[in-house]
Amino acid sequence: MEFFRIKKDIPFMRHALTFNIISLITFLLAVFFLATRGLHLSVEFTGGTLIEVSYTEAPQLEPIRNAFAANGYPDAQVQNFGSARDVLIRLPNRDDLDATRMSERAMSTLQSVGGAAPELRRVEFVGPQVGKELAADGSMALLLVIFGIVLYLAMRFEWRFAVSAIIANLHDVVIILGFFAFFQWEFSLAVLAAVLAVLGYSVNESVVVFDRVRETFKKKRNMTTPEVLDHAITSTISRTVITHGSTQMMVLAMLLFGGETLHYFAMALTIGILFGIYSSVLVASPLVMWLGVSREQFIKPKKEKEEAVV
Amino acid sequence: MNRYPLWKNILIGLVLFFGLIYTLPNFYGEVPAVQVSSGKATLKLDAALSGTIEQALSDAQIQHTGLFTDANSIRVRVATSDAQLRAKDAIEKRLNPDPRDPSYVVALNLLSASPNWLTAIHALPMYLGLDLRGGVHFLLEVDMPGAITKRLDAIAADMRTLMRDKNVRHAGITREGNNVQLRFRDAAQRDAARKAIQGSTSDLQLADRDDGSDDLKLVATLGQIAQKNIRDFAIKQNITTLHNRINELGVAEPVIQQQGLDRIVVQLPGVQDVAKAKDILGRTATLEVRLVDETPGALESALAGSVPFGTELYNERGGSPVLVRNQVVLTGDRLTDAQPGFDGQTNEAAVHLTLDAAGSRIFRDITRENVGKRMAILLIEKGKGEVVTAPVIRSEIGGGRVQISGRMTTTEANDVALLLRAGSLAAPMEIIEERTVGPSLGADNIAKGFQSTLWGFVAIAVFMSIYYALFGIVSVIALAANLLLLVALLSLLQATLTLPGIAAMALTLGMAIDANVLINERIREELRNGVSPQAAIHAGYERAFDTILDSNITTLIAGIALLVFGSGPVRGFAVVHCLGILTSMFSAILISRMLVNLIYGRRRKVESLSIGQIWKPGN
Repeated sequence: MEFFRIKKDIPFMRHALTFNIISLITFLLAVFFLATRGLHLSVEFTGGTLIEVSYTEAPQLEPIRNAFAANGYPDAQVQNFGSARDVLIRLPNRDDLDATRMSERAMSTLQSVGGAAPELRRVEFVGPQVGKELAADGSMALLLVIFGIVLYLAMRFEWRFAVSAIIANLHDVVIILGFFAFFQWEFSLAVLAAVLAVLGYSVNESVVVFDRVRETFKKKRNMTTPEVLDHAITSTISRTVITHGSTQMMVLAMLLFGGETLHYFAMALTIGILFGIYSSVLVASPLVMWLGVSREQFIKPKKEKEEAVV
Repeated sequence: MNRYPLWKNILIGLVLFFGLIYTLPNFYGEVPAVQVSSGKATLKLDAALSGTIEQALSDAQIQHTGLFTDANSIRVRVATSDAQLRAKDAIEKRLNPDPRDPSYVVALNLLSASPNWLTAIHALPMYLGLDLRGGVHFLLEVDMPGAITKRLDAIAADMRTLMRDKNVRHAGITREGNNVQLRFRDAAQRDAARKAIQGSTSDLQLADRDDGSDDLKLVATLGQIAQKNIRDFAIKQNITTLHNRINELGVAEPVIQQQGLDRIVVQLPGVQDVAKAKDILGRTATLEVRLVDETPGALESALAGSVPFGTELYNERGGSPVLVRNQVVLTGDRLTDAQPGFDGQTNEAAVHLTLDAAGSRIFRDITRENVGKRMAILLIEKGKGEVVTAPVIRSEIGGGRVQISGRMTTTEANDVALLLRAGSLAAPMEIIEERTVGPSLGADNIAKGFQSTLWGFVAIAVFMSIYYALFGIVSVIALAANLLLLVALLSLLQATLTLPGIAAMALTLGMAIDANVLINERIREELRNGVSPQAAIHAGYERAFDTILDSNITTLIAGIALLVFGSGPVRGFAVVHCLGILTSMFSAILISRMLVNLIYGRRRKVESLSIGQIWKPGN
């Protein structure tokens, strides 16, 4: 079986401008939604208390809401989580209440509603000081990833490759965040981990293409730069689709079987993988071209290693 | 050219063999067990204790299937959960004859059911995080400014005493923010005060400040080193105190660790009663010094059942009973430090206590008045006291330095010092993060994580086998080996596995197949270009290697960033992710190559490779 029966190189670079405009528009849309709607941050970042309880029979949410309002939590959010029998309650941090006793008080409030007593599944309480730190740590991690990847690619390839790879993949990150802002999906620590993992993962994609670009430059002396890029993309496209397809199968399994906790994690990965293919191939390569990559940058006497001369 | 030397095959075989052995314990599941750990810092677990436990079990006619001793606990495996409860009762009765004053913590636990020889070589199942097994997680923040303020208040009190002792006239000593201000009417008194302070401590930095001719001030601030010492001491003491308190909860494997400069993580697996846990964490324990009632006959009548009015009967550590007066001479609030050391004259092990100024004065007076009598040092917790030691007062003790010695080994001295320090919290603490996971959610999470990984793996395996034929099957075997090695590594390192960790495992597998796809595509491409099958295999692996290395390193960079800056769930993800990248490099390149070599490498003439259909533009 062979999915890809390509007779000659596909002229991707002829449409370079179109691709870049498409990404620019998606990027701007993502930024727009991030700016106007903002991220729906989870309790880990905002601070507050989150309680998940499970009933033997599906409860009415309205009495629970009223009970919380009557007990001094008019701002409690009560909603179903996963199934009708599971209920998730979010309580924001408030200065006038002792936050450390919040979970016990919430449980007694739930018991006062009447009916069958719920089973406690999970409590998460995060003090206000922790949330800020997590946000700061997240940004630091992002910076470290960007810096590390640029440095490594600049050493292994060329600064042009490094810069275009990182731009292409940051654009993925912003688009994932844009999706989370648009749909107001919950942005948790797990999602942050997924976003950073995607960043490392889709840089892979650019690396594979760039590897080919370097090899083609060295091997075929009569091709122009756009031709070299076209050739590199075409000869790796089969691998690209199959690899991402396989990874996506795994992520799909998480989306289907992983339950609520892994849902948005898998969602972020899905978006990341889809846009990762697009951006690392069709955004990074044109960028390399605009930045003016050429054969001379690779034919340095020092670089002539054995593996290169085949 | 497609043959590995023998040593390489053997090496890979060995790695796989060890991987298999260290993965094994995860398949056995868990059996009920009873865990005994020391409830007091001075009690050590020894061989005699495991003998006692075995005796207790055989007396109660309970069969056990293994008894394991490590540094901190003794665990007994039993067959059923019914036997587990009976065994706990039997052991509890034997080890803690007085239930109000338990010496050992006897807790229910689950142990791996793997055979003893696996446990002996430290092949243990993966260590599950709280989100998978249920329990409570607290992050506590120590109020460091509070600790410093408390110390400064004590310093201000010390100075008042010092000024009085040295006959220095001052116009008031107060703590203002982070310094202590001494006010004087004239410069001569101020100089005298400075000299006195410098003679008594080196922790303070002194500066003059003149707010008018008759309002002279001496401003004392704590030096950087002194401040750091206070912080280190505060967090260490709080951790020790937490340890002692959590022992009472009977938790099988509590985790109490410092995180960062001023935070403490407490994890209590299996604990569901959060309210009780919080109560115990927040409770205070105190140290008391009282005099021993040595009226002739009083002790005898107390032992006979009639305790004289105004006294209490205690057992001194080590056995003999003492009758202690109710009147408290000194409390632990006056204790600033307790360190193990040696007696200067006899070279015996001793504990050195340091009292604050007010405490020193009281102690000096009380020892002067009671030379030749006995004094008892009690640790009071939950309103229940224990006499740590009851030495005879030999002479008046001034200067706030007290030494407890006699009948102590070095270890005991260490433990007593620890216990005395641990009496109370050095600084208040606040819970800044709490995570409780019920046991049913934990089990659900394991099931969901397992299902995701399983189905994802099956989908990839089916696709690869169809698309790449024999080479696909080789890739799937390499992927399975990757999973095996990853699980073995996690079991070996005993890294905490969480739900994000399982997700990382799934994701790593999904990404790891990339290396094999790269190799297989390369081989196909070589074949398409008309290269002979053997050369195609060789070139495919050789050329794909660079790409695989580059792409794995970039992924690893992201993984390491997560590891460095991540906390909680993110860190759990990052650990598995990073380890997974390493194992995938090994399995995707070496193991798959070995298999391909074994299949094709030995044949002299290979007509074609089973790598799926090779489509050529010419066809």
